[in-house]
Amino acid sequence: PHPGTRDQFQEELVIRPLHSGDIYASFQFRTLWDTDFLQERQKKVSHYRLFPKSLGQVLSKFSVRELHISFTQGFWRTMQWGQPFIPSPPGAELWVWFHHTVSDVDGNWKELTNVLSGIFCASLNFIDMTNTVQPSASFKPLGLGNATDHRFLRYATLPREIVCTENLTPWKKLLPCGSKAGLAVLMKSEKLFHSSFHSQAVHIRPICQDEQCTSKAWELRQTLNVVFDHYTSGQGKKEWSLFKMFSRTLTEACPLASSSKVYVDITDNPELFELSPATHLLSRAVVLGDRRTYSVYDLTRAETFGQLRSFNLLLRWKGDNMLRPLLHAERYVAGFGLQTGEIHTVIYNNHPYRAFPVLLMDSVPWYLQLYVHTLTVTSKSRDNKPSYIHYQPAKDRHRPHLLEMLIQLPPHSMTEVTVQFERALLKWTEYTPDPNHGFYVGSSVVSALVPSMVAMSTNFTQDQPLFSSFVPVKEESSYFVRVYTEPLLVNLPTPDFSMPYNVICLTCTVVAVGYGSFYNLLTRTFQVDEPSPPLAKRLANFIRRIRGVPLLA
Amino acid sequence: MSNDFLQMHLKAVMSCLVIFLYKVHTTKAGQFFSSGHTNNWAVLVCTSRFWFNYRHVANTLSVYRSVKRLGIPDSHIVLMLADDMACNYRNPRPATVFSHKNMELNVYGDDVEVDYRGYEVTVENFLRVLTGRLPPSTPRSKRLLSDDRSNILIYLTGHGGNGFLKFQDSEEISNMELADAFEQMWQKRRYNELLFIIDTCQGASMYERFYSPNLMALASSQVGEDSLSHQPDLAIGVHLMDKYTFYLLEFLEEVHPASQANMNDLFKVCPQSQCVSTPGHRTDLFQRDPGSVLITDFFGSVRKVEITKDTINLTSPVEPPIQRSGSGDIQIESLTYVDQLPVAEIIHQKPKQKDWHPPDGFILGLWTLILLVFFQTYGIKHLKHIF
Repeated sequence: PHPGTRDQFQEELVIRPLHSGDIYASFQFRTLWDTDFLQERQKKVSHYRLFPKSLGQVLSKFSVRELHISFTQGFWRTMQWGQPFIPSPPGAELWVWFHHTVSDVDGNWKELTNVLSGIFCASLNFIDMTNTVQPSASFKPLGLGNATDHRFLRYATLPREIVCTENLTPWKKLLPCGSKAGLAVLMKSEKLFHSSFHSQAVHIRPICQDEQCTSKAWELRQTLNVVFDHYTSGQGKKEWSLFKMFSRTLTEACPLASSSKVYVDITDNPELFELSPATHLLSRAVVLGDRRTYSVYDLTRAETFGQLRSFNLLLRWKGDNMLRPLLHAERYVAGFGLQTGEIHTVIYNNHPYRAFPVLLMDSVPWYLQLYVHTLTVTSKSRDNKPSYIHYQPAKDRHRPHLLEMLIQLPPHSMTEVTVQFERALLKWTEYTPDPNHGFYVGSSVVSALVPSMVAMSTNFTQDQPLFSSFVPVKEESSYFVRVYTEPLLVNLPTPDFSMPYNVICLTCTVVAVGYGSFYNLLTRTFQVDEPSPPLAKRLANFIRRIRGVPLLA
Repeated sequence: MSNDFLQMHLKAVMSCLVIFLYKVHTTKAGQFFSSGHTNNWAVLVCTSRFWFNYRHVANTLSVYRSVKRLGIPDSHIVLMLADDMACNYRNPRPATVFSHKNMELNVYGDDVEVDYRGYEVTVENFLRVLTGRLPPSTPRSKRLLSDDRSNILIYLTGHGGNGFLKFQDSEEISNMELADAFEQMWQKRRYNELLFIIDTCQGASMYERFYSPNLMALASSQVGEDSLSHQPDLAIGVHLMDKYTFYLLEFLEEVHPASQANMNDLFKVCPQSQCVSTPGHRTDLFQRDPGSVLITDFFGSVRKVEITKDTINLTSPVEPPIQRSGSGDIQIESLTYVDQLPVAEIIHQKPKQKDWHPPDGFILGLWTLILLVFFQTYGIKHLKHIF
């Protein structure tokens, strides 16, 4: 790396063995781009070194301040797996903060979604006004800045979106080393998609360039979280290695990376599992309110690879242990029939004595018409009045519902939010080609400041591992976490699409048979027609006509 | 007399002009049709949804694979898949699509780029891609940016009938629409030569109505015949590929970028003994003789290679470190991160001032009605109170 430029690339892989025998692998690739083209002098950038050009052009053209996009397959099971490092809802999620100089935010949003759909090979062009919301308190910017006018924020989610190799290919192309060197060689789609949970995301935000924090730099974080299930992988014993997970081993670090590390969470070692090859390099980090110990393998050093010039980890499980996450949410639809229903959102606070506030954001499509007068929030079977409610009703075919509430969760309790809805009848052209599958409702977002058992550090240092420096920490006693609920699948009353054809056939038959015969009956005149006489008589008449004699009867 | 002379002169001049123009026209046209192409494009469409139509996706992906292998880059391929089979929850081998039950060849591959997927594959989008009439915000990868020297390969597969092809089980495209789309492409000079391959039941009916020049068409079955699928796989549970495309893939696997195989070999792919249906082709609109048209004219790509023997020195782009303007003189305050959940701020948040919009629709109509009734009852002279 040249000393002149201040661009930087770091890559990291964190492996966290989970209590159920599954294994959670989280890749993070961070590219720091030392330029600030949103200043007033508007210097045009033409030289891209580590930062991908396609994203750089998107940022400058649409005056984007922050961009977060994620594609997820599967649902994160908080009760079995704990909290993820970077949460994401099933499907595709995109939220963008625009710069305050933008005059037409909606126009920029529409064009941005189209451009991103071309970059990531996803149908993001289905994001339009009917599924975009403007949250008023959730999704504060994760980057630098002080002005937070929510008119410049747009949030949309597509729960139906699938993730497959065609989304992974352009994602890998954004990395400086591609998938040829470094940690990205482990990303083989046949193994990555054969998992319980797969999520890839791109996060772009402005961050402090140095310790004094006087100037900004762009940070691009590409994250890939995957949970491998030992059941679906078809192995009986709980034993994992890099080769079993990814069908590859590591041979070298990315030459453009300033740091390339593999962290393995050994806090529960040696009671839970056994790790080989062992290493003396340990790192302690406070992440998600808990102090964890990690074994560090530095790939920029040649001795990590050993004599075989390939690096493979092996983990063998020994025992079982249970996990109790502090915050957990779920959502389901209650009711029967195709007319009405009820959405229940349940939030659990498992802290034994501390209460804390959560911000619940719900975005429901317009065809589920919510009755807000039936909204109830109960904790421990008593009414719990939210201290802040922001409700924006839906406009048919124009805007979805947006409901944001700040709820105080009592300690060790279950809070239930219920609201009734009625299903609308869509126009027949608005149905998808497979309407009997159902219609998706995006996940609810629960943002919370959870009290931490260990003091978090508020200092910003460049040497922090990437997985612990994603969310900026403002106070020591709590950490910010975002929990996504399940998306809902709701059946709408579906018409029989063959009815237009049936109606045309029936109408034409009725008209032809009924009206036609009636018309004939009214307008037909009858004439008496004599049957033609036999041949002999005809001949006789012919001769008589020639003779001029009167004809026979 | 002079009039007649003038008229005769005029007639002579006119006839000379006509002959001259005719000559110019024919030489230009002759030049146009014998010139080659400079770039290749491919539009590959799978029109069927649902898991049991796995074979149509496998068909399209195998043609995609061949076309990529023979040199056409992803930026020149528009791939449209109506449903996702590789990462479908029913697929026992995720991220793979196989063409044969021996599961040797994963036609989905490791670097596939699908441009239109899922609900985006509609008749309207397909015709818009062909004719180029896309909304301005469409990204480049979703456009067919061909010009008058492009050779285009169009491959369609799905369920079809006599004169139509079904898209996603909910709409159809008729052969007349397709012929008109190709005529639009011809009039806008969006192709030099076009090869159209279709693998559906009664596929030959789709190319019956073509009337634009420089079109060659192949179909997997004649009118009145069904195209059959190749073989099912008991592990995956569905039929993996259609017979015609299976033998087409087998044929194309032997073609390499420098191959001299021509269209007559392509017409012989999958005779009735293998395919059960009779594949058909149409070459009457094509200017050149099919025997002189190479397979790589459509399936491969033209590459211009310049060989140089000089060495080129690459200068190392070391930029001087960017001086932060006025870092020492002006007191810049340090920037801070935003509080993620400022509870006190949120509770005391004032409601946003919404932008004022003029009343529209119902309210406007209601007020107009009230005003009309008022002025009807009380007369026009009260209008002076307003104006």
